[in-house]
Amino acid sequence: MVEFLSFRDGDSAQEPAVTVEAFTGQSNATAVRIEPGEDARELLPYLDRLSLVEVNFPGFGDGRGYSAARILRESGYRGELRAVGDVLVDQIVAMRRCGFDSFHPAKPLDDGAVERALTRYADVYQKAIDDRQPIWAKRHPETING
Amino acid sequence: MYRYDSYDQSMVDARVEEFRDQVQRRLAGALTEDQFKPLRLMNGLYLQLHAYMLRVAIPYGTLSGKQMRKLGEIAAKYDRGYGHFTTRQNLQYNWIKLADAPDILAELATVEMHAIQTSGNCIRNISSDQYAGVSADEVADPRPWAELLRQWSSFHPEFTYLPRKFKIAVIASDDDRAAMRLHDIGLKLVSRDGVIGAEVYAGGGMGRTPMVAPQIRDFVPEEEIVSYLEACLRVYNRYGRRDNKYKARIKILVHEIGVENYKRQVEEEFAHMRTLGLNPPTEELDRIRAFFAPPAYETGLSEDIDRSDPAFALWVDRQVAAHKAPGHAIVNISLKPLTGIPGDASAEQIELVASLAEQYSLDELRVTHAQNLVLPHVRKADLYAIWQKLDEAGLAEANLDLITDIIACPGLDYCALANARSIPLAQKIAQRFADNERQAELGELKLKISGCINACGHHHAGHIGILGVDRKGVENFQLLLGGSGAEDASLGQITGPGFSEDGVVDAIDKVTEIYLAQRESGERFLDTYRRIGMKPFKEAIYG
Repeated sequence: MVEFLSFRDGDSAQEPAVTVEAFTGQSNATAVRIEPGEDARELLPYLDRLSLVEVNFPGFGDGRGYSAARILRESGYRGELRAVGDVLVDQIVAMRRCGFDSFHPAKPLDDGAVERALTRYADVYQKAIDDRQPIWAKRHPETING
Repeated sequence: MYRYDSYDQSMVDARVEEFRDQVQRRLAGALTEDQFKPLRLMNGLYLQLHAYMLRVAIPYGTLSGKQMRKLGEIAAKYDRGYGHFTTRQNLQYNWIKLADAPDILAELATVEMHAIQTSGNCIRNISSDQYAGVSADEVADPRPWAELLRQWSSFHPEFTYLPRKFKIAVIASDDDRAAMRLHDIGLKLVSRDGVIGAEVYAGGGMGRTPMVAPQIRDFVPEEEIVSYLEACLRVYNRYGRRDNKYKARIKILVHEIGVENYKRQVEEEFAHMRTLGLNPPTEELDRIRAFFAPPAYETGLSEDIDRSDPAFALWVDRQVAAHKAPGHAIVNISLKPLTGIPGDASAEQIELVASLAEQYSLDELRVTHAQNLVLPHVRKADLYAIWQKLDEAGLAEANLDLITDIIACPGLDYCALANARSIPLAQKIAQRFADNERQAELGELKLKISGCINACGHHHAGHIGILGVDRKGVENFQLLLGGSGAEDASLGQITGPGFSEDGVVDAIDKVTEIYLAQRESGERFLDTYRRIGMKPFKEAIYG
């Protein structure tokens, strides 16, 4: 079973994440945890100092964390972005596309199911924050690649 | 019509295998029902009162004969021989076994169809105008944009766990045949200085808090529609309510924070989004558009229709609409026989319509949000032959937009959410008003029935609407007047205390009497209601 999954090179951050409130209240912390109702954009002034952002999913159906992740990546955050909580195997691919590069699910995932999920879809329809080329780009390589 | 390339096909095939794997895990007990539920819902599979219901997507309501035939085969093989066409231009099977669902999806994939995102809190099937491409008044055929958005919304990584379901409609005419402003987002294509773009409306919907969507932008150029929608969806995903599922639709967000505030947030997000390269190149829209190029219509055709058979002549007057090409017509096929179930078609009827589409309509047909079917490209010379075949199959009812052309949800006969039965009531109303002259006298009168407050039968948008509720264990029906889902969109008002099943039929009778007594020349029921207001109707019903 998979308790922790990382797609990053090198070690994962070990520092415990603090709340957004504690973090923005001038702590020296380098790891922060975002809850669903919190605004990821509050972290934008501090991106250089951060090495880990955890995004908590208290319930798998609350999709606010997908937007939080994408906003951080779109704003240039390059540190570790970790999905924690009720993270299901069927969600890993979409989370990867929104910029998550590590996963710490509350319930461990089945290795085989993770492997199948990651390789199931050869292509994607949209441009997201990962470097996968959308189908429309593959259909028009001469336009996209100049 | 759009055809899949190898990319589209492989996405749908992968989905079938994924779902097969998930069903096997469920049947083997490796997944609990709670864990399985969100997975099956993303594939349009609901657990209903008596069986599983599978909802199949019919993107923007357009089908080929081959696709239609497959729907009929599935109805015969896996269901009890019926399919039910819905108000979102989809098709539902009401008697499905879980173990069969993966095979059904595999069969659908062979004809470029699927059930992806026909349920769940994600972007649903994109709906459109059933006369797209054939009505003379459109700015452009809206379906290429709908197909572009189908692909954009499929497996969208950020917007698959929204606060609630999300419905988008795209139209391109001043006549709104798709209830566009009752969608979470409605797009109306317009031309400005020779450039196509979209007016955008956000926050419409039915349900327990119906709203007509306000306009949030008067023009988004066509090449930026995707990034603009990303902005709309992101604001909703972040700030839509998640504490109460009945307040989770975008209409509540727009209403609570105010349309100006929502617009401002979308504009800020859009300014950011448009820098991210999210929009497909114009070559992609051109590629899709080529599939929807107008067919090579036969020319030199006669405009004459032999009206010597009076039953046929009546059907022509009621069911046939003007086509932009000379010598051609649009045929509306009623799925509202007086004793049937609104929107239902048997496997044999589905097969027949598939054949008619192949033989007489350039292999194309449409599904309407009013739960009827359309043959969009028919030669006038073929109308009589088509009518005869429809008549033999019980599909020649001539009641388009009349009082017996009723929209009704499946109701308590099928649905786990319903409080009341919609279908028997629809049948009673149809029988009460069956007389042809009486229907004709009443003219355009859109009657819509929902069996619960979720409003799947669009009762808020009915000229006459009926809402079934549960009153101390007894079915009770509230009556609404004055709604419209068309370009003059409005929400119906409740007349007063509810009625029994028979009582509400009597009340409708009285309402129509008031209309006939008070109407002025040329007025539809809705026009008279808007002019004279609720009071005279109320007095007649309760007085």
